[in-house]
Amino acid sequence: MFTLTVNGKARSVETEADTPLLWVLRDELELTGTKFGCGIAQCGACTVHVDGVAVRSCSMPISSVDGKSVTTIEGLSKAANHPVQQAWLIEDVPQCGYCQSGQIMATVAFLKKNPKPTDADIDKSMNNICRCGTYPRIKKAIHRAAAMMAAAGSKA
Amino acid sequence: MNAPVKPPTGLSRRQAINAVLSAGGGLAVGVVLPKDVFAANPRPSDQPKPMGPRIESPEGAPRELSAWVVIDPDSSVTVRIPHNELGQGTSTALAMIVAEELHCDWAKVKCEYASATRNLREKGVYHSMTTVGSQGVRTSWAFLQQAGASARGRLIEAAAQQWQCDVSECACEQGVIHHTLTGRKLTIGQVCNAAVAVKLDKEPVIKTPAEFRLVGKPTPRLDTPAKLDGSAKYGIDARIPGMVYAAVIGCPVPGGKVKSIDDSALQGRPGIIKVVRMDGAVAVAADKFWRAKTAADALKIEWDTGESGKVQQADLDQLYRDVTLRKMVSARNDGDVTKALASADAKVVEALYEAPYQAHAPMEPLNATVWLQPDRLDVWTSTQSPPAVLSTAAKAADMDPSKVFVHVNFIGGGFGRKTSPDDTLQAVLVAKAIGKPVKLVWTREQDFMHDRYRPQAAARFRASLRPDGRMDALDIRVGVPSLNRSLGADPVASGMEGPAVECLSSTAYTIPNISVGANLTNTHVPVSYCRGVGSSQNGFFIESFIDELAHAAGQDPYKFRRAHLDRADWIGVLDMLADKVGWGTPMEPGRGRGLALMECYGSITGQAAEVTVDAKGKVKVDRMVVVMDCYHAANPNTIHQQMEGGAIFGLTQTLFGQITIKDGASQQTNFHNYRPVRMAETPVIETYLHLTGGPKWGGIGEPGVGPTPPAICNAVFAATGKRVRRLPLASVDLTKI
Repeated sequence: MFTLTVNGKARSVETEADTPLLWVLRDELELTGTKFGCGIAQCGACTVHVDGVAVRSCSMPISSVDGKSVTTIEGLSKAANHPVQQAWLIEDVPQCGYCQSGQIMATVAFLKKNPKPTDADIDKSMNNICRCGTYPRIKKAIHRAAAMMAAAGSKA
Repeated sequence: MNAPVKPPTGLSRRQAINAVLSAGGGLAVGVVLPKDVFAANPRPSDQPKPMGPRIESPEGAPRELSAWVVIDPDSSVTVRIPHNELGQGTSTALAMIVAEELHCDWAKVKCEYASATRNLREKGVYHSMTTVGSQGVRTSWAFLQQAGASARGRLIEAAAQQWQCDVSECACEQGVIHHTLTGRKLTIGQVCNAAVAVKLDKEPVIKTPAEFRLVGKPTPRLDTPAKLDGSAKYGIDARIPGMVYAAVIGCPVPGGKVKSIDDSALQGRPGIIKVVRMDGAVAVAADKFWRAKTAADALKIEWDTGESGKVQQADLDQLYRDVTLRKMVSARNDGDVTKALASADAKVVEALYEAPYQAHAPMEPLNATVWLQPDRLDVWTSTQSPPAVLSTAAKAADMDPSKVFVHVNFIGGGFGRKTSPDDTLQAVLVAKAIGKPVKLVWTREQDFMHDRYRPQAAARFRASLRPDGRMDALDIRVGVPSLNRSLGADPVASGMEGPAVECLSSTAYTIPNISVGANLTNTHVPVSYCRGVGSSQNGFFIESFIDELAHAAGQDPYKFRRAHLDRADWIGVLDMLADKVGWGTPMEPGRGRGLALMECYGSITGQAAEVTVDAKGKVKVDRMVVVMDCYHAANPNTIHQQMEGGAIFGLTQTLFGQITIKDGASQQTNFHNYRPVRMAETPVIETYLHLTGGPKWGGIGEPGVGPTPPAICNAVFAATGKRVRRLPLASVDLTKI
């Protein structure tokens, strides 16, 4: 039995210790916004936050998340209004959309570490795969989100 | 919060059937079951509008004006979309075309998929429902406009009847019908019930593009909000009562058979339901996907791979080079190529070009969820072809096709892979074997090893230049596998199919003597349609060779192309491309600029690339410019997305992408050894539309891939003087050319 906090709620899971967090989220907790893309931590479609840090949940056994706090795309904001989600909406980023939960979660964690990134910073850190080719709009949306967050921060 | 809702356990068959019948005689695909069974909001139509208020459908049956248009009492409009949303924006674009004529409030437009079952029952009411070949807008704009115009005509007629006035005194704007003489108003929601019974004496005339008000304006996608908070449901997210999971291991060598299965390692593992032996694959069904997947990995399977298991990549390379020298089937033969090439003053240029197999690798791996009951079969899957899923499932389950229901939600990319329902076939076989509803998911390893690849191909060119530098003759001999033969669709008795010579036989360059032929030769390696199809390799071949000819003629590649064109649309795209990229402006040493131009899927696309090549021969693409003439634009927003996406898809194929065969099997198994382009390799991409109008509309999804490889390789030549005749660049050592 493993216990973890998911999107603010305490959850307990009965499963093999090697079960990746991804499949616990998708199949046991029915949080399907987190996607399966490769299973080997290459593509980032499964990115979630564990104690605030972006991780690739397809390669993180449930045993290593025991007692920790997990945030998925469903729990990122109450009304899809996190600045990163808003920036994604304004730039109309998604095409098929399958990788975008992971792209958004990766961006939120990235902007926490680097609130004012340059293009080069983004190139270096954002390595989730998108086969539709939304990278140019993702880059624009990251800059927009950074600006929105900076503006909100300076107001506060 | 859009967390899925726990499915009820007591769903009756009656409930399910009622739901089917309630949806306007067809069914809104994806809502065949009560909503709480299939989580929250499976349909694009149920999602909120971008930046607008959430629109809730009121209680009560929606009113269907036609197979295409449903109007609720609150005047919200649901447009049925016959093509599937893979990310190309077709749902927004097609809805815009209907709304253009309907004069409704765009903020109240929703869309949902048309039903393949209804299409079967009503003899093709939705026309083609297969999403391939960039056909969405260009093949359906006319009947969608007509559907919108017809709906508006009937709504106005219904209002006129209520007011007892002539229709000429009425007009509809923003979903409100006005009686111009008295100022009376009725909403389309208020008259919809009456309009259902209205029959028009004659169909209204549709608008010309000059009259468009919505179509042609950059419009936010209807599906974006659902894709930002995890609420968009894809095939892989389907969940039905009592469902179990299946993982599958296919024979590594395509076409191989199962010889024996040793499942002793599965002893004592929890949750395992059954090992299911299929023709060329083995599935394990279990109560959880991870249990099924790890159990499948633990099986010891012996395969019978026959002669195919001995095939190596070098054999295939040699084969397709040799095929170019075999007997050709002619696709075009103008003038006398043989005579022109033999002419005394001809400067003859020859080259052999090669392209490898490529993977589709959409982000959502193949999957299908199947619920097989005695008298009906439901399939939830991410498909580009609901009709193909329907017929495959019916055959595998031995069920009458009219009892098969295909449910499509959002699709996590397809690029052509999701035209072949290999996942559905396996899921039905597993469901039959275990007697339970099952969700079968391919791992990424299965996706790479059991793709139906973009063909490997080779093309042998011979051309002659006259002393004045004009092209006099061009002879092209292509060796390529047949897609139709590989898909079992058609034996291709003629020996020729369109994709084999796409962008080659249709070239617009004015060359007096031209001959294009192909020899279709298949191996055990399966091939299929992949974004760009024939243009994705043939574009590289011909536009690289044209560049070679320009240099052989001592001419600027832009001017050389222009001098051989007489079509205004091609010239328009080429000139805009040269202008936007700054053709002819100086570049530093080690940098180069190249361009490419082609016509396919009804559109003309030009791309220019600027590259930097370092001393070790490593190529960095710095900037790309894309210009497209698709004649008319439904939604420029999504066209620009497709132009960017097409170039990035082509960039992967140029820089890294290749499937290589060892002992009959793909050596590439996941994204670590089939490397897609990521953010860091993505150049600045500028996109421009050069729309010339006229009677036809062009496609946007396929055409943007093919020009990328030649634009980049021509830029590499400009930077280094080295001609790349085989892709990808990652396996070419530029220092050794």
